[in-house]
Amino acid sequence: MNPELGLFALILATCLAILQSVAPLFGSYSGRLPWMAAGKWLAAGQFVFVLLSFICLVVAFLTDDFTVSYVANNSNSLLPDIYKLTATWAGHEGSLLLWILTLAGWGMMVSVRCDKLPPELSARVLSVLGMVSVGFLLFILVTSNPFARILPFPPQDGADLNPLLQDVGMIFHPPVLYMGYVGFAVVFAFAIAALLGGQLDSAWARWVRPWTTAAWCFLTLGISLGSWWAYYELGWGGWWFWDPVENASLMPWLAGTALMHSLAVTEKRGLFKSWTLLLAIATFSLSLFGTFLVRSGVLTSVHAFASDPERGMFILAYLMVVVGASLALFAVRAPQMGSRITFSLLSRETLLLVNNILLAVSCATVLLGTMFPLLVDALDLGMISVGPPYFNALFVPQVLLLGLALGIGILLNWKSGSFSKLLHQVRWIALVSALGGVAFALFYAERFIVSEALAMAVVLWLVLTAGRDILDKTRNARQKMSFMASLQKLPASYLGMHLAHLGLALTIIGAAMTSGYSLQRDLRMSPGDTAWLGQYQFRFDGVTQMQGPNYVTNIGIITILDDQQQPIAVLQPEKRVYSVRGMPMTEAGIDPGLTRDLYVALGEPLGDDSWAVRLHVKPYVRLIWLGSIFMALGGLLAVCDKRYRIRLKKNKTNLKPGIALGGQV
Amino acid sequence: MKRWKLFLPLAFFLILCVLLYKGLFLENKTELPSALLNNPLPTFQLTTLGNPEQTVTREDVTGEVFLLNVWGSWCPTCRAEHPYLLGLQEQGVRIIGLNYKDDRTEAQQWLRHGGDPYQFNIFDPQGKLGLDLGVYGSPETFLVDKAGVIRYKHVGVVDNRVWQETLKPRYDALQKEAAP
Amino acid sequence: MTVSCQAPRWLTHCLLAVLTMFLLTTARATVIDSYEFASPEQEAQFFRLNGELRCPQCQNQSIGDSNAPIAQDLRREVHRMIVQEQADDATIVQFMLDRYGDFVLYKPRMNTTTAVLWLGPLVLLLLGLLVLWRLVRSHRSQTSGLDEQERAALKKILDDK
Repeated sequence: MNPELGLFALILATCLAILQSVAPLFGSYSGRLPWMAAGKWLAAGQFVFVLLSFICLVVAFLTDDFTVSYVANNSNSLLPDIYKLTATWAGHEGSLLLWILTLAGWGMMVSVRCDKLPPELSARVLSVLGMVSVGFLLFILVTSNPFARILPFPPQDGADLNPLLQDVGMIFHPPVLYMGYVGFAVVFAFAIAALLGGQLDSAWARWVRPWTTAAWCFLTLGISLGSWWAYYELGWGGWWFWDPVENASLMPWLAGTALMHSLAVTEKRGLFKSWTLLLAIATFSLSLFGTFLVRSGVLTSVHAFASDPERGMFILAYLMVVVGASLALFAVRAPQMGSRITFSLLSRETLLLVNNILLAVSCATVLLGTMFPLLVDALDLGMISVGPPYFNALFVPQVLLLGLALGIGILLNWKSGSFSKLLHQVRWIALVSALGGVAFALFYAERFIVSEALAMAVVLWLVLTAGRDILDKTRNARQKMSFMASLQKLPASYLGMHLAHLGLALTIIGAAMTSGYSLQRDLRMSPGDTAWLGQYQFRFDGVTQMQGPNYVTNIGIITILDDQQQPIAVLQPEKRVYSVRGMPMTEAGIDPGLTRDLYVALGEPLGDDSWAVRLHVKPYVRLIWLGSIFMALGGLLAVCDKRYRIRLKKNKTNLKPGIALGGQV
Repeated sequence: MKRWKLFLPLAFFLILCVLLYKGLFLENKTELPSALLNNPLPTFQLTTLGNPEQTVTREDVTGEVFLLNVWGSWCPTCRAEHPYLLGLQEQGVRIIGLNYKDDRTEAQQWLRHGGDPYQFNIFDPQGKLGLDLGVYGSPETFLVDKAGVIRYKHVGVVDNRVWQETLKPRYDALQKEAAP
Repeated sequence: MTVSCQAPRWLTHCLLAVLTMFLLTTARATVIDSYEFASPEQEAQFFRLNGELRCPQCQNQSIGDSNAPIAQDLRREVHRMIVQEQADDATIVQFMLDRYGDFVLYKPRMNTTTAVLWLGPLVLLLLGLLVLWRLVRSHRSQTSGLDEQERAALKKILDDK
């Protein structure tokens, strides 16, 4: 009965979503307040029913209801309970339901906070969110019912969860990533509402900014969780593979990052309005596009769900309707340029434009590289591959350029700046950064690597310019109080910005150090064998066999000693075979550290008690993820900035046409 | 700014959609075209499957149109296409086998039990010729013309549909070509 | 004849299904060889090439990341060429190209087909700079079109933030 309840709840949610997409919109045009207010309750209702449906699916997993086909395919009675829970979103159907739940959740949050918005705007935002929901709900109902039963002959036991997904990463990565992906739906809805209503002013930008930043924080965390998971779970020692599915998450992130920055200009200066709208549409469109890539099987990827052209067709049609319609609306309704607001070449506006151009181009690069093999194939020009060497060659320089622009942009004021002042501010910083980068690459390793010198120079540049800016901003306050106290006087969003930029610097350090100075050896080792890798000695102490809950495992024991022969760590890489699927899995043994990871993976037995073993030393690899945590925390700080909340109330009364800055569209 | 410029994103998106639509229905996404197409069969010096003493080279196989069928007794799909190859042999199609990364005894045994559609088999235990031919999975079937040039490659099982629709027309056409 | 044709057809499908399952399931175990090298440079070259060559049979994986038989063969060949022939990257890449075509290169060669791929981002960047230049000019060249009153209103709004 339970699965049917879930399906029924899903159908009810669909009905509510349809009402939600129609009623408030109608109300907003006919000026009927009750209709507009209905959106709030419909969004809440939709969330409740989707949640109910999701709970039904979770219960089906926890109670081993193998009459449900999706449960039978993704679970097994031997599976530990926590993985039965995560198996809920391990396959296409369940993860789609999670996506819908997340979307309804964001809709619910909007409906809670929308009292502070003008009623027309909140009605339209909720309507657009309703429309987005309707598409996904129909998609799941028509093509991917997670509650479909196998009757009358259900299997005795389930086919088990893919061992790769039996991991803590599976608990957090998909929900957080989806929160990010779907969060941009809110921003998208705001953009469409602005186009519909023709109102796009600083107030609008100020409402949208926290939503954008919040979604961006989730997406940042989600991507970095995925990267971290791949790093330790796949046993390859890599943290980013430029796989289409990874690129699908990176593209909305790049567009979303550009959007955050362009929103700042739109809010503060009333500039780049159409560009901001376009970015808001593009960011969510890229999220949808990612969904299409992952679920249609149009590109070959190691992570994709089983491909299904029927599902592909549905999402493509959905994509065409949603994105096509919004871009058409954009083309017809976007505000024309020619605003009279001025800024000079040396101004924060210009540098934020540079930021947007670089981010847009890097996003386009990823899109081009990801789609190019398909394009070549579709034009019958042969089969080619585009992979990491291409992306690294083109993406990395763009990130470094972005870092350079960031340092200048931080120091410049809005509207206009003076060249001599800038020069005065940065000349020492520039010199120190350049020399520091070169010196680092000279002394860190025997071989001088140009890209490492550049990366470190950019990192120094980022950190020093940020430091300079903070010192400048606190100069007056510091005369009266301590540095820390004066920091606290600064707005949270300002501190958040610097924190996020510091995160970027950390991530660049991590990525550069890992790609330039990682050590790796693949060896045959017998018990007692030792091998040196950098300043670490690895001693292989043999392999023991153990029985896990649903797998058999060979655990290798590797002791790592420093150059004084003092043990640093004992690592236990595993080679598991999961009983139900008979699938081998590698569990890497990692000794994590801020300055380096020691990473060991166990391969095949080679006879005579000897095993193939892979040893890595990965310098500063943790900084990659630490940096992204900083970015997300920075975003969080910015979201919490008081001024967003106070302003919301103030603006409610203020919002009369004409007063809003350049509000006419 | 001109209004038409605002339509550019829409235009770009529609082009992308066309590409995605085509992408959905692209067949053989995993099938690679041969890099050796219209190139001469690589030279080799290997033994035959039947006789470890008897060496066979490129010159021994070329001269007439033939199918070079890459197989192994370890490969289940090869076993699946085997009966159809027997049928082709009955029709007089010249098939030479490339026994790829196999064990000699097991391969011989398999041919004894399952029938032998091959004129003879080149025995390539290390996959050396296979590598030179760009073989990446079995079964693969090359169509070689009278001059010893590779004219077509089919990846996967040869069945009636594949033979009638793709291989036979090419095979017949090559038969009509003059010998070099 | 017809009977012997019909039977393998469905059999083929079953077998293919089993085979692809097998391919997917083996793909995830880590690849670890135990090759020996004459120098650390050769070892580095080996790992570098392993990452740049794509396994022809797999879902998007390099030969260094895949356990498919063909990936193992290609790694062995790369190792042989490095250690025995002291081959440089270009030679090994050409060797693979001759046999498997452009598909095996994760870094596509520059030619008329891939010109868009390699130059596209650069063109976009230049285009972006052009737009930037024009935007900055258009926003700078105008003397502020606001009259005194408007400017005061604007300043007030800006200062409020």
